[in-house]
Amino acid sequence: MAGVSRVRRQLPTSPWLFAAPGLLITGAFVLYPFVSTVVNSFTDRRTLIPGHFVGLANFRELLHDDMFWTGLRNSTLYIVGVVPALVILPLLLALLVQKNIPGITFFRSAFYTPVVASVVVVGLIWVWLLDERGLVNSLLRTVGIGRVGFLSDQWLLLLSAMAVTVWKGLGYYMIIYLAALANVPRELHEAAAVDGAGPVRRFLTVTVPAVRSTMVLVAALSSVAAFKVFSEVYLMAGPSGGPAGEDTTLVMLVQRTGTGLTGRVGYASALSVVVFVVTVALMLLVLRADRREEP
Amino acid sequence: MSVLEREKARPREEPVVRRGRRVTDGHGRRIRVWELVLRYALLLAVLTLTVGPFLWQLSTSLKGPTEDIFSSPPTFLPSHPTLHNYRRVADTIPVWDYALNSLKVASASVVTNCVGSALAGYALARLRYRGRGTATLVFVLAMLVPVEGIIIAQFTTMRELGLNNTLIGVVLPGSVAAMNVLLMRNAFRNLPYEIEEAAYVDGADVWQRFRRIALPSVKGTLAVVAIFAFMGAWDDFLWPLIVLSDPDKFTLTIGLNYLHGTFANDERLVAAGTVIAVAPLIALFACLQRYFFRGVGEGAVKG
Repeated sequence: MAGVSRVRRQLPTSPWLFAAPGLLITGAFVLYPFVSTVVNSFTDRRTLIPGHFVGLANFRELLHDDMFWTGLRNSTLYIVGVVPALVILPLLLALLVQKNIPGITFFRSAFYTPVVASVVVVGLIWVWLLDERGLVNSLLRTVGIGRVGFLSDQWLLLLSAMAVTVWKGLGYYMIIYLAALANVPRELHEAAAVDGAGPVRRFLTVTVPAVRSTMVLVAALSSVAAFKVFSEVYLMAGPSGGPAGEDTTLVMLVQRTGTGLTGRVGYASALSVVVFVVTVALMLLVLRADRREEP
Repeated sequence: MSVLEREKARPREEPVVRRGRRVTDGHGRRIRVWELVLRYALLLAVLTLTVGPFLWQLSTSLKGPTEDIFSSPPTFLPSHPTLHNYRRVADTIPVWDYALNSLKVASASVVTNCVGSALAGYALARLRYRGRGTATLVFVLAMLVPVEGIIIAQFTTMRELGLNNTLIGVVLPGSVAAMNVLLMRNAFRNLPYEIEEAAYVDGADVWQRFRRIALPSVKGTLAVVAIFAFMGAWDDFLWPLIVLSDPDKFTLTIGLNYLHGTFANDERLVAAGTVIAVAPLIALFACLQRYFFRGVGEGAVKG
């Protein structure tokens, strides 16, 4: 009896005490900043100066800002370049490491190393590899190809950054595919093999349909991440975004306009709202495409 | 969510059985020799691509000042390996202080994430009260907000709190990640109610039930939260770049970017710096790789 009364004596507020730290942090550093981003986007607030309501002025200014269109273009190009590679290559890699042959655990872990390494480390490693005098150019010269300006040409720079993003992401999506492949019934493969289907045909008629929903998930995750790319391009192109800023991405623009003592918080918030809207739209788009194709 | 739930299944572990000189997979099926050769050839090719760059960086960091690091064809092994560059990088930037800052930030993030998300996860999964649905919704919504979209507002919030340019300011926004709360909630929900009921009848209060019974049962998920919190904090770049302005307070990633910007002409130094930043993580990963792979399966949304 004593035990039961002790339970009853429990304060009714205690569930809230359990949830309080999490709710406080989330409220203060995610939800409040989110609301204030939207509010600030309608003001001319600066870092040290409280802003006034300016209506849609920031958004109207965006439309006439060349840098905004450059950033939007590069962030969009990033999706186009990175997503197909990150949907297909990790799947092939997962097939390669799926079979349990001796030493396979080592290979799986090794392929995951770029995921573990900080994006700054990865960026700096590739800056060195792709340098005018770096390893890649040195190898190219050995086979008789002249120097390639991976980091000095506007388009090659963006392509190189995309390649680095793909390189760093391979292992992560490989593991996701590996989990999905484990659920593909073996019998399907066997039936197809009995019907005389070769490995390529079996891949296309058995494996791909079986992991289709995972491919959609990977497409959703990687397109959202690609659109918000910052670090790779920032490190490889420099803070100003490469030659004439032509390699600036949207998030780089947010960082550049919104920080520092003269930061235009209002304008950067309007940019952030665009990032947010596109991100949500991408998610919905990919997930909706998935639903429509399902029988 | 159905797509995510399907990711939870682990890759099947199929023990390799050797009978004589034949290699067979877990189903006793023989793998043909040519297939095996082809597989290993491809595996080694991918290995070169994924690990090669790290080894090249390590090799560069060990090359002495008189060695030509730009030679063509490239020479992989340093002819006179030296640790000189590691001493020089410490003379150039306070790299060990930065490493210590990173360690502080990452450790704090592990503690706050484990404690905060275990408590909140337990409250969402096991306790009954009005407003539980709303509390869950708060975390789900927070998970959907892209950090990149709110980073300027987070910065102004930090300024208002007077915490910008402090390590606490670096830790706070990610100190209880919504994703981790939801992970812990799912872990607690999967526990059978019976064990807690027994404790309840014995008079254990909610805190005792949480500490003594529920928490020890979800150690695996807690480990996943800890590892990803550490890695996330150690690797983070954009947020510390925005919130820290004083070089004394830099974390390793920001320090490296600074080193790269200031001393881009000496690759040996930058290489040594990156090795210092990546070595602890690779060591940690090598020890805990099983949890890493489980974590990706469970938290496929993180990325």
